[in-house]
Amino acid sequence: MKKIIILVATWCVMFSATAQLNIVITEGVDNATPIAIVPFKWEGEGFFPGELTEVINNDLRRSGRFNPISMARMPQFPSDVSAVNHQAWVDKGINTIVLGSIKEVSANKYKIDYAVVDTLKGAQLAGDAQILKDGQLVSAKAHIIVARSLTISGTQYRQFAHRISDVVYEALTGQKGAFLTRIAYVVVKDTKKNALPYQLIIADYDGENETRLLSSPEPLMSPSWSPDGNKLAYVSFENGRSQIFIQDIYTMNRVKLTDFKGINGAPRFSPDGKKIAMVLSKDGNPEIYVIDIATRVLSRITRHRAIDTEPSWAPNGKELIFSSDRGGKPQIYRVNLDTKRVKRLTFEGDMNLGGTISPDGSELVLVNRTNGNYHIARQNLTDGAMQVLTKTYLDESPSIAPNGSMIIYSTLHEGTQVLSLVSLDGRFKARLPAVEGQIKAPSWSPFLM
Amino acid sequence: MKTSTSLRALFIAVPVMTMMACSSGPSEEELAAERNRIAAEQAEAQRAAEQANAQRVQAEAAQRLAQAEEMVQQERAALEAEQTVYFDFDRSSIKADFYGVLDKHAAFLVKNPKQSVVIQGHTDSRGTPEYNIALGERRAQAVETYLLNAGVSAAQISVVSFGEEKPAVTGASEYAMAQNRRAVVIY
Repeated sequence: MKKIIILVATWCVMFSATAQLNIVITEGVDNATPIAIVPFKWEGEGFFPGELTEVINNDLRRSGRFNPISMARMPQFPSDVSAVNHQAWVDKGINTIVLGSIKEVSANKYKIDYAVVDTLKGAQLAGDAQILKDGQLVSAKAHIIVARSLTISGTQYRQFAHRISDVVYEALTGQKGAFLTRIAYVVVKDTKKNALPYQLIIADYDGENETRLLSSPEPLMSPSWSPDGNKLAYVSFENGRSQIFIQDIYTMNRVKLTDFKGINGAPRFSPDGKKIAMVLSKDGNPEIYVIDIATRVLSRITRHRAIDTEPSWAPNGKELIFSSDRGGKPQIYRVNLDTKRVKRLTFEGDMNLGGTISPDGSELVLVNRTNGNYHIARQNLTDGAMQVLTKTYLDESPSIAPNGSMIIYSTLHEGTQVLSLVSLDGRFKARLPAVEGQIKAPSWSPFLM
Repeated sequence: MKTSTSLRALFIAVPVMTMMACSSGPSEEELAAERNRIAAEQAEAQRAAEQANAQRVQAEAAQRLAQAEEMVQQERAALEAEQTVYFDFDRSSIKADFYGVLDKHAAFLVKNPKQSVVIQGHTDSRGTPEYNIALGERRAQAVETYLLNAGVSAAQISVVSFGEEKPAVTGASEYAMAQNRRAVVIY
């Protein structure tokens, strides 16, 4: 019995020593494409400072598009293209493999050669180094999808592993990878045990490399990234009322943007980073405003006695969508910033709120309430068709990855608020359980490189 | 034995010395000085008496004030035990059950115009955090409007909404949600 307690205690300590968030995939592995990430060959003395291929494995698995197979299922461990036995992979049902090697070039500097190989095509070419093309013998490299070489520093190996994942993902899907991105979120620890229970955190998209930007005795809300990925706008109640701040995530410097009477809420940077849309209730009830960050000039966008909130920019920067209960129950509307003309966008279910537009401008991602259940849904902006994507409980705060592939949101799981992921097609689902506290208000960063 | 002898000598000596002084008779200056001395003594006594009286009055007033303050505090403490108004889902209208409670707060605030209050608005965890900030403000404003209509000065009231960020009861049970849909009058 004592042994078990010690074991559990050690496990907790180990757990808290690493990332605060972990990723548990709950749905969608079955329809992912099998792929093999062959462990990169280490050519040097001593050890490489990290598990490069493990990071790539996890990235591709968490994209929901790929199902990396275990080492036990690999027929061979080639480290360069010429050593690949294509037929052996095809026989295992693996049509794509990633392989590579790592050389130490100087202290903390490593050269990585890697390639993505189409084994099916390779098997068709029968491994011939040359083929006849237009009556001439040419080098047959059609089975090599990507071959790259890069030099990295050992201390930043995770970053470079994510970069390799991005290259592999883009080569195979045609869509830019979002593995070199971050998420911002709010942690709420036990308010009875902590003097500063509200914390604003940023981490790599996979929960690693956590940085705490702020701890506060009062609530923190609505973090939102600047388009250059250097700043966050958020709401803090640290002075007993809501105020909007902008904080640089590298220098940690912060400035108070607004401190009006009433609500100062829901800040969102414009696509060009020069303005912030927000909600102010200084004139009695919540209205949408846009502030010019440099001049602090405010312009009022909505004028209605109903609640208008949750502004979100269209990718073109010329329109905002927002939630309003002007029709009785909250629904999503769109307003043109020049004409101020307002159009209702959602009609399905009891309520629709918390809307955000996908990076390509084609989909509206939102929180839909139907029969009392709150789920993340998407609505096609052309034909208006709505698809509910989640089955979790009390979903809120959806934020879309910059490549439009994945949505991160907050949900209630076994009585605790946790972050969850769902792919935009709804097939892939994962949960990011936290070590401690309630996790809310996730915000996915833009591309960082 | 020795001390009683010298004491006896003193009893005789003092009256003799006084008689000697009398026999020479006081001068006009001495008499005037004596009158001044008596007058000053009387003035001093009067002043002391007046001061004592003022102090007594002041003390009594302070006591009365303290009593009044204590009564205000007691009244406020009683109100603080009944400071929360609960709402229906997605609603911000005040239910008739809470009119009585709010009337008591209003009466107290009208009687104590220097007393200010903060009205906090809260929601349950359903819906989005930003929408709930707006809903919480509406609830707090509903209480504010009720108090204003009952004669409380606008200068005494300020409003803040915490939306779903500061639940009174954690969890998502019906009970917890009902407890969290609230406005709280804070002194």
